[in-house]
Amino acid sequence: MNKMRPIVVFAAGVVAASGLAACGGGDSGSSGSGPGYNAGVNAVVNKSDKKGGTLKFAHSDDWDSPDPGNTYYAFSQNFSRLYGRGLTTFKPGAGKESLEVVPDLAADLGTSSDGGKTWTYKLRTGVKYDDGGTVTSKDVKYAVERSNFTKEMQLGPKYFKQYLVDNKPAYKGPYEDKNDEGLKSIETPDDQTIVFHLKEPFAEFDYLVAMSQTIPVPKAKDTGTKYESAIVSSGPYKVDNYTRGKSMSLSRNPNWNQSTDPIRKALPDKIEVQLKQNADDIDQRLLAGTLDMDAAGVGVQSGTQPKVLAADQKPYVDNPVQGFLRFMSLNVNVKPLDNVHCRIAVQYATDKVAAQTAYGGPLAGGDLATTVLPPSVDGYTKFDLYPQKQASGGGLDEATLAKAKQELQACGQPNGFTTKISARSDRPKEVAMAQAIQQSLAKVGIKVNIVQFPAGDYFNKYVGVPKYVHDHGIGMMIMAWAADWPTGYGFLAQIVHGDAIKPSGGNNLAELNDPTVNKALNDAIANTDKAARTKAYGEIDKLVMGTAAEVPLVYAKALMYRPKRVTNAGITYAYGGMYDYLNMGVE
Amino acid sequence: MTGTAPAADTAGTGEAPTSFLEVRDLKIHFPTDDGLVKSVDGLSFQLERGRTLGIVGESGSGKSVTSLGILGLHNKRNANVSGEIWLNGKELVNASQTEVRRLRGRDMAMIFQDPLSAMHPFYTVGAQIIEAYRVHNDVSKQVARKHAIDMLGRVGIPKPDKRVDDYPHQFSGGMRQRAMIAMALSCDPELLIADEPTTALDVTVQAQILDLIRDLQQEFNSAVIMITHDLGVVAELSDDILVMYAGRCVEYASVGDAFHQPLHPYTWGLLGSMPRLDRERSERLMPIKGSPPSLINVPSGCAFHPRCPYKDLNGEKCWTERPELVEAEPGHKAACHLPQDKKRKIWTDEIRPKL
Amino acid sequence: MFAYIIRRLIGAVLMLLLVSLVTFGIFFWLPKLAGQTTDQIAASYVGKAPTAEAIQDTKERLGLDKPVVVQYGSYLKAIVVGKDYKAGPVTDHCPAPCLGYSFRSSQPVLETLLDRAPATASLALGAAVFWLIGGIVTGVVSALRRGSLWDRAAMIIALSGVSLPIYFTGLVSLALFSYTLKIFPGGGSYKPITEDPVMWFQSLVLPWVTLAFLYAAMYARLTRAGMLETMNEDYIRTARAKGLSETTVVTKHALRASLTPILTIFGLDLGLLLGGAVLTESTFGIPGLGQLAISSINSGDLPMVLGVTLITSVSIVGINLIVDLLYAIVDPRVRLG
Repeated sequence: MNKMRPIVVFAAGVVAASGLAACGGGDSGSSGSGPGYNAGVNAVVNKSDKKGGTLKFAHSDDWDSPDPGNTYYAFSQNFSRLYGRGLTTFKPGAGKESLEVVPDLAADLGTSSDGGKTWTYKLRTGVKYDDGGTVTSKDVKYAVERSNFTKEMQLGPKYFKQYLVDNKPAYKGPYEDKNDEGLKSIETPDDQTIVFHLKEPFAEFDYLVAMSQTIPVPKAKDTGTKYESAIVSSGPYKVDNYTRGKSMSLSRNPNWNQSTDPIRKALPDKIEVQLKQNADDIDQRLLAGTLDMDAAGVGVQSGTQPKVLAADQKPYVDNPVQGFLRFMSLNVNVKPLDNVHCRIAVQYATDKVAAQTAYGGPLAGGDLATTVLPPSVDGYTKFDLYPQKQASGGGLDEATLAKAKQELQACGQPNGFTTKISARSDRPKEVAMAQAIQQSLAKVGIKVNIVQFPAGDYFNKYVGVPKYVHDHGIGMMIMAWAADWPTGYGFLAQIVHGDAIKPSGGNNLAELNDPTVNKALNDAIANTDKAARTKAYGEIDKLVMGTAAEVPLVYAKALMYRPKRVTNAGITYAYGGMYDYLNMGVE
Repeated sequence: MTGTAPAADTAGTGEAPTSFLEVRDLKIHFPTDDGLVKSVDGLSFQLERGRTLGIVGESGSGKSVTSLGILGLHNKRNANVSGEIWLNGKELVNASQTEVRRLRGRDMAMIFQDPLSAMHPFYTVGAQIIEAYRVHNDVSKQVARKHAIDMLGRVGIPKPDKRVDDYPHQFSGGMRQRAMIAMALSCDPELLIADEPTTALDVTVQAQILDLIRDLQQEFNSAVIMITHDLGVVAELSDDILVMYAGRCVEYASVGDAFHQPLHPYTWGLLGSMPRLDRERSERLMPIKGSPPSLINVPSGCAFHPRCPYKDLNGEKCWTERPELVEAEPGHKAACHLPQDKKRKIWTDEIRPKL
Repeated sequence: MFAYIIRRLIGAVLMLLLVSLVTFGIFFWLPKLAGQTTDQIAASYVGKAPTAEAIQDTKERLGLDKPVVVQYGSYLKAIVVGKDYKAGPVTDHCPAPCLGYSFRSSQPVLETLLDRAPATASLALGAAVFWLIGGIVTGVVSALRRGSLWDRAAMIIALSGVSLPIYFTGLVSLALFSYTLKIFPGGGSYKPITEDPVMWFQSLVLPWVTLAFLYAAMYARLTRAGMLETMNEDYIRTARAKGLSETTVVTKHALRASLTPILTIFGLDLGLLLGGAVLTESTFGIPGLGQLAISSINSGDLPMVLGVTLITSVSIVGINLIVDLLYAIVDPRVRLG
């Protein structure tokens, strides 16, 4: 043992050195100054119009594809606007204002007719590609066709295919169907006009066309799956080079014209993205000031969290909600949870503070949730149907537990019941959450057994398959959800609408098929009055909570770091609570 | 003056002796975790050029340690060497490492027991001889190579100009030992130490090698120390014999005296252990009982007493008092408490007839 | 000698076939044994919430709908005669030897491997120089001063070198030397030598040293053990008896003999490393084969995984062939046959 001691001392020394080094990163002289903790959540920090410099991003992973027609990732949607312009986009800014849809390639938002089934957009004139070609509405039509209807483009969402009227026979996409007419439900009467015909009224079409899939692609330049390395730019920057797994570099698009683009500032001269970088090293570089932004936008690594919360770094930290809800679905077809009182008992007896702690606490885990819609989504209304109180020594207080017991009584299970709770085996925090819930439910006699499944098969094979859930009696299922567009419909439709129950791979784990909820959702999306829609979402949220089928646990949050020299740093809710990359620059 | 019998009068004075090689009170001790190993403990002898001294004794008696000590090959960090070694008027024990190194290979050379392991397997025989020659002679590679071929020829290797580029593993055992000898003699050393040079060889080859050493000794007029446990080899080559036991000299005599009137019971034992074909089988071998002593706890008194059949003839003396090496007859020394006449009687009556 | 090389090369080809077959098997048969359907494998190449139609299309596009044996056959066929790749509106031709295209993107595998090999080679060869020098010198000195303070300290550091993960030592060295002392550029600053030789060197110093630290530790211990053994050999005594200086004895006689076993291990280590230094590359953000291997495995990109596996196998087989040939030169007792 004696001989081992020097190693321990040595290792301790190294750890100390690393700790020192981390503390030494960045200028310690700036202690306490800076724009302030959470300054970027509701306002744009370090506002500037100064052009020039190189904005340096790094990512611990890679794009699914930087091809605007073949990508789903939120950061990619955010970033693609630097080299492409969709019909609409989200307003550059921070907090609530970032949820507003504004015209981009289109001169104005869409005008709907036919009760919300037809949407028409007029393109701005004079928008050019980096190769000098002029952007036309045909290129937008082509971009939607290739991204939604070809076999080759499989990575992005397929909302257009879902909502647009299809050809007869079904349209096979421009790679197989060489007919110039393409998809008949997208019309381009002239080079500046594009008209979409939908199957059903869809009031939030402006949100759909904010997706990168409407970024125009000139047919002659399309190289299919190889297009990702030869992207034609319609934005202020052109892609000089993208090498998968290595890097992307952008420089100014000489043919971009500020007069056609009222929302972009196009500040840096160059933008670089390094890919597949060590996540912990990315944090070190951010703190040392040699890197400007973590492109992934999901917050610093757990090892870095204490460092960024130190006094000298905290003014450069934001802790926004991420648009994610972590919640537990109670399956309405598994006994005894088919009884609403049993579900309400669970609502009361689930110790959300314990669950929050298990997921990393209030900063890294998230805020306690009482609604299905998170605060960053349009339509969020604050309410709490099943209020809980904590006892002074921790855990739920007697009054809360008494309410739970009362509901159990009403359910006919005065001594509690037994069921199963599922979590993803490769997500240790989710498993910890299940354990915390298991303990708190045991206090009212509800015994739950934890079952774990791999994340890759969670929805396809297990809890997303109603038959499996019924056969195995899994009453409670933990999951997380974020919307593809930040409105109540975008968030709720996939998890609480009866249509979202699928034989496999569905996300409506509670199998909630409440006619009132379904109708309210259908009505809302057909309602072109935005204010009325937003109001309706809050009410639908209350309806859902009334069924007690979803137990909201936390609104996910992350610790985001914005280095000192980054200008126009603001959290955009439109892309899940990351920094808005559109007008970012460097000092 | 302990254990200095064969040395000259100048012993212990630090003055240069007149003889070519003189070893005075040489002690080589190795400190170990178990205690101090006294491998050589007060050894003295002298040797002139052209003469051959045979050092005999069992394994672990200190023969090889002595030879390595003379060459200065003990690591100063794990061996304590004291006493004096005079070679050609130069004292070696207290000389600097570099000085001794310069003498090695040039003034004194050594032939080792196992020529296969003693030669570097990755270098050609020629390269190893050339290296040995060039350390001490500032000559070109070509000259050194010619010399190496010449040396190989002189030790009786056929086609030396071809074999010079062969590797040790391509030589037969006898040829390897010849090459080893060629390497040792490449710088004309005045002192040649042969440490069991024939033990690893076929019997038929042994005689050839011994002949070769004798011939070369005459040719070069070197002093030779022949270390062996084989009395036959000593009888063949040596002028004088030094019998070692437990790190000390127990008998020193001319070859004739040693074989015909040895004075130490250990020497009698060695002679008795020698196989002879002219006697009947049952009588042939009279091995010494017991095993060699530990060099850490050397037996008190005479180190040989636990194995000596005559230890009771002297009262307690044999295990209380260490016998000194004294000159019993001119040029014949022995370290034994037995009175001279008793030794003679035992030898003539008991030992000799059985040999 | 020539016949020997030919024989070894034939063996290598057979081995590569086996390696590719095993990789194919692990990729397709193991998941199926574990109950996964082809649809589920294909679903992983589609975006979020894959539809049945998308899965079907993807299966056809990647050839996953065919039996595994047929897929393996067409993989081998592409290596021999090349292959056409349909990217949608355009079709690419991948000439023989074609290792196929990534399942994740449209990258040709061979091109990607060749693009990334120089970074890995720079890292591996540079680190090898550092660890050979560092490890052998430390080992020799430790052996000669056995039991000394130096020896103990070196061996303790060596032990820590073997035990500390690169992920840790790499990040600590970056924090210290790049971000605090600002001596070396930080992670992700690797540039190809052809593009910016100065940056190439500067950015690789820390990875070299970090990676070398791990290996040097092992080589120091090996060298020390080898030297201790060799220094007791009879021929070392002979070399000293010849009057050679201690330096000559150590370097020419002892070290040379101690290095032969190290040569074998060096061959294996370097061969493996040339196939990608996974941890070092990901820690320092070096776009080499190791990083490619990890991301391909994580994203289930079979052709890429196969490609990296094959290039690693080729480098191991190749380096070991060289080592065996070197052996015959270093140790004259070795006969090739």
